[in-house]
Amino acid sequence: MTTSTVAVRKPVAWHRIALHLGCLAALLVMLYPLAWLLATSLKPANEVIASLDLLPSSLEWSNYQTALDGVNDVSVWQLLGNSLFIAGGAVVGNVLSCSLAAYAFARLRFRFRGPLFAFMIATIMLPHHAVLIPQYIIFNQLGMVNTYWPLILPKFLATEAFFVFLIVQFMRGLPRELEEAARIDGCGPFRSFFLVILPLTRPALITTAIFTFIWTWNDFFTQLIYLFSPEKFTLTLALRSFVDASSQSAFGPMFAMSVIALLPIVLFFLAFQRFLVEGMANSGIKG
Amino acid sequence: MTTTQIPTAVRTPDVDPPSKPRRRQREGAAWVFLSPWVLGAAVLTLLPMAVSLYLSFTDYDLFNPPQWVGLRNYTQMFTEDPRYWRSVVATLTYVVIAVPLQLGLALVVALALKNMRRGKGFYRSAFYAPSLLGTSMSIALVWRAIFNDGGTVDNLLGTGGWVNKPGWALFAVALLTVWQFGAPMVIFLAGLQQIPTELYEAASVDGASRWRQFLSITVPMLSPVIFFNLVLQTIQAFQVFTPAFAVSAGKGGPADSTLFYTLYLYDRGFVASHMGYASAMAWVLLLVIGAVTAVLFRTSRSWVFYASEGDR
Repeated sequence: MTTSTVAVRKPVAWHRIALHLGCLAALLVMLYPLAWLLATSLKPANEVIASLDLLPSSLEWSNYQTALDGVNDVSVWQLLGNSLFIAGGAVVGNVLSCSLAAYAFARLRFRFRGPLFAFMIATIMLPHHAVLIPQYIIFNQLGMVNTYWPLILPKFLATEAFFVFLIVQFMRGLPRELEEAARIDGCGPFRSFFLVILPLTRPALITTAIFTFIWTWNDFFTQLIYLFSPEKFTLTLALRSFVDASSQSAFGPMFAMSVIALLPIVLFFLAFQRFLVEGMANSGIKG
Repeated sequence: MTTTQIPTAVRTPDVDPPSKPRRRQREGAAWVFLSPWVLGAAVLTLLPMAVSLYLSFTDYDLFNPPQWVGLRNYTQMFTEDPRYWRSVVATLTYVVIAVPLQLGLALVVALALKNMRRGKGFYRSAFYAPSLLGTSMSIALVWRAIFNDGGTVDNLLGTGGWVNKPGWALFAVALLTVWQFGAPMVIFLAGLQQIPTELYEAASVDGASRWRQFLSITVPMLSPVIFFNLVLQTIQAFQVFTPAFAVSAGKGGPADSTLFYTLYLYDRGFVASHMGYASAMAWVLLLVIGAVTAVLFRTSRSWVFYASEGDR
C-alpha cells in the first residue's frame, strides 16, 4: 500500500485523451468544407468534379485572376469596396444608435420604460419578413431602392434590437457609483454617458461592431431585394451570378471569389474571436 | 450569486429619488437617448407591420394603387395554392429536423468541453467559427457542390448527391444548419459554467450516478438556457433563406422540396410582384412564429426552472 507522502505517478487520463481525440476528429469533419473550398479555388477546371483528391494536382492561380476580373464587368475591388462601405456604415450606425438606446434602457428612468423594453425585446423575435415589404415600399417611395440607404439607414435607428439588448446587459454590470460620482462632479446624463459609461462599455461596443460587420457582410436577402445595378453589387451578391451557372468551368473562379468574400470574416474571427465568443455567451445569460 | 434567466423588464431602481424639475430634466434626457430607437421602432417596425397587414387584404403590384380584395389572398393561399403548402411542409420539416439536431449536438459538445482543462478555449472558438461563416453565400455554394452529383457526399456514400433529389435536398440544407451548432454551444457552455460545483459534489456524496446528476442537476439548472436557445434557433430556422436560395438556384427545387417559406415569399413578392399575397404570407409567418413562441413559453412553465424564483 502506498502512502500519500510517496510520489505517485499520475494515472494516464485515458478519458481525457479520448475526449481530445473525439474533439479533434469532430473538428476535422467540420473544417472539411473550408478545406474543400480552399482546394477547389485552386483546382484546374477538369479536376473539380472528376478528381476525388482534395489537393489539386497543380495550383491554378488563374482562377483568382479570373475572379479578380469580377462579374458583369465589375472588378472584385469595386465589389469589395461596396461591401466594405455597407458594412462600415452599418457598424457606425449600430454602435451609435444601439448604445444610445441601451443607455436609456439600462440607466435612465422614463415613463413606459418597462413596456418599451419588453417591446424592444419582442422585436428581436419579430420575423424580418413581417416588415420587409412595407419597408421596401417606403424606400421605393423615397427613391432609395438600388442605393445603399436601405441597407445602412435602419442601422442608425437601432432596428437591430439584439445589439441594444447586448449592450444593456453589459451596462447593467457597471457599478452605479460611477454615475453618482459623475453627478456629484456636475455631470449631466449626456456627459456621464459619453465620458464615464461609454468608455467602460467598450468591450460590448467592439462586440457589436464585429457582429454587425460580419452579419452585414454575409447578409444576402436584403442586398438581393434592394440592389440591382451590377456596379452597386456587393461580393455576396456577385456570387449570386454563379448560382444559376451550371457550367463546371466556372467552378474554379466561383470558389476563388467565394474565398475572397469569406476572407474578411475569417480575419475578423481570428483577430476578435474572444469578443465574438464572449458576446455570444453573454447574449444568453444575465450576469 | 448569478443566475441565468431570460430578462423580462428592467427592474433596477434609481439611486435616489431626484427632485421634480430634476426628474423632468432627466426624463427628457432619456427620450433624447431613445430618439433614434423610437423613430426606428415607429417608422421601420410598427408602421410597416400595420401596412403589411393592410396590404395583405389587397392586390398590389408596387406600381398601381392597392386593390382591396378582402380575404382573397388568404383563401387563395390556404385552398388554391399547392406551392404554398409545399413551402409550409418544407419549412416545418426543416425546422423539426434541424433545430433539435443542432441543439442536441450543441449540448453534447458543451458538456464535453465543460470540464476540459486544456484546450477548452481553442475548441470553443473553433467550433464556433462555422456559425459566422455558415450564413454566407460562399459556404452555401460549397454546400451545393459537396452535396451535388459527383460531390464529396456522393463519392463517400454513393447516393448520387443530395441536392438534386427531392427527398434529400432538404437534409443537405438542414445539415448546413446543424454545422452551425457553435453559437448555441457557446451559450450552453456559459450556462453550464454558472452551475455551482457544490451541487455536483453534494450529489456524488449522496451516491448519485453521472446520468442521475445530469438529469437532476444539469438539465434543471440549464433549462433557462436550453429554453433561450430553443426559442431563438426555432425563430431563426423559420426564416432560413440563403442556403435554400443557393442550393436550388433561387427556385426551391427539386420538386419544390427546398421551397422554404421565405423563398416562396420572395418569389411571390419580388419576382412575381404580388406584394399583397406576399404580405399575407408574411403575416401568417408572423402569427405562426408568435404562436410557436407562445406555446414554447407556455410549456416552459413545466420544465424551465428559474433558481431565483423559488416561490413559484
